[in-house]
Amino acid sequence: MKKEKSINQEHLSVYEVFIRSNRGLDHKHVGSLHAESPEHALMYARDCYLRRSEGVSVWVVNAKDITASQEEDIANFIDPMDDKPYRHATHYVLPDNVTNM
Amino acid sequence: MQTVNDAEEQLKFDQRIIDEQKIEPTDWMPDAYRQNLIRQMSQHAHSEVIGMQPEGNWITRAPTLRRKAVLLSKVQDEAGHGLYLYSATESLGITRSDLIEALQSGTAKYASIFNYPTLTWADMGAIGWLVDGAAIVNQISLQRTSYGPYARAMVRICKEESFHQRQGYEIMTVLAKGSAEQKQMAQDAMNRNWWPSLMMFGPHDSDSAHSGKSMKWKIKRVSNDQLRQKFIDQTVPQIEELGLDMPDPELKWNEERGSYDSGEINWEEFYQVINGSGPCNYQRIKHHKKAHKEGEWVREAVRAYQEKQNAKKQTNVA
Repeated sequence: MKKEKSINQEHLSVYEVFIRSNRGLDHKHVGSLHAESPEHALMYARDCYLRRSEGVSVWVVNAKDITASQEEDIANFIDPMDDKPYRHATHYVLPDNVTNM
Repeated sequence: MQTVNDAEEQLKFDQRIIDEQKIEPTDWMPDAYRQNLIRQMSQHAHSEVIGMQPEGNWITRAPTLRRKAVLLSKVQDEAGHGLYLYSATESLGITRSDLIEALQSGTAKYASIFNYPTLTWADMGAIGWLVDGAAIVNQISLQRTSYGPYARAMVRICKEESFHQRQGYEIMTVLAKGSAEQKQMAQDAMNRNWWPSLMMFGPHDSDSAHSGKSMKWKIKRVSNDQLRQKFIDQTVPQIEELGLDMPDPELKWNEERGSYDSGEINWEEFYQVINGSGPCNYQRIKHHKKAHKEGEWVREAVRAYQEKQNAKKQTNVA
């Protein structure tokens, strides 16, 4: 016997939404939504996330297409190289008379 | 031929430039703007990459382990900066292989300073301090360039670049306060690198082939001569602090202008080096070709691995 569902959402994908608040700035992640297609996702993003002049450009990306690092592996994956302080400007002491560097 | 649509788009583009809006990759832009950007940005990218050679020359001969680690990190940064800039240039619709081809065939230029040899360890100090110093002055102004991806790459690069100049000045400080021989070595490296560093800003505004349009389009925000003056004004007190003699006897404070006056650059030398006849032009490109060729097996291995993975996926699906 088939179970009837009033709303079937299984065919929808999750899309991540990125907005550029102004020309010249990076697109920033603002949230996500479900949609049937990228075209629909773009319209939903407009209707949902761009109602108060939040931006001038919007990107939607199917969440499936995002390859992400794993939080629990981060220590093995990203090395901040904290043992190499000489890679930062603050490591170098300048004479008092030297400004502008 | 310009169509009615192009004319409308041109007006929109012009207005964006006037309004200090950034141009983004998917926007309409005049072809000459696109070509001008490709020329300038790829030249910038090539400079980062070729610039690794004169410094790479001293990695195995750095005087201490600390100096070696610092130099290695710096050269590594330059490779990354090259990558940011190539990627930003590619957003204009040109491929990486086209860009590399233009560099290797001599169609594209790179900063002429990297065609000079690094004769002593003190050159590592002088390059970090003067060459990176000059590059920073230029790059700070380019954070406000009109092309979005270029401006954003500049912000990232300036942030990472800050340690380069300071490590160079630190090397100079140690040498300048060291033995008579060390001080002489610092003086010599500064003298040799001073003029080529000033040349990095390009020809005088009156002689600059691309400046007019670049300024109009706000690709360039500050003129060559203004940037050069800014660099001179901030560097002279740093020379005084080192206790070295001025590399140019005509460097004198001009009270009226509130700036240093300086001697004239040898422009004949500048054009010779830019056009291929500098001391190391041949060597730099030859080495680039060699390194590129020797890296081919890595690119080939990546391709082969991906093909294998794709074949595996297909078998699994079937």
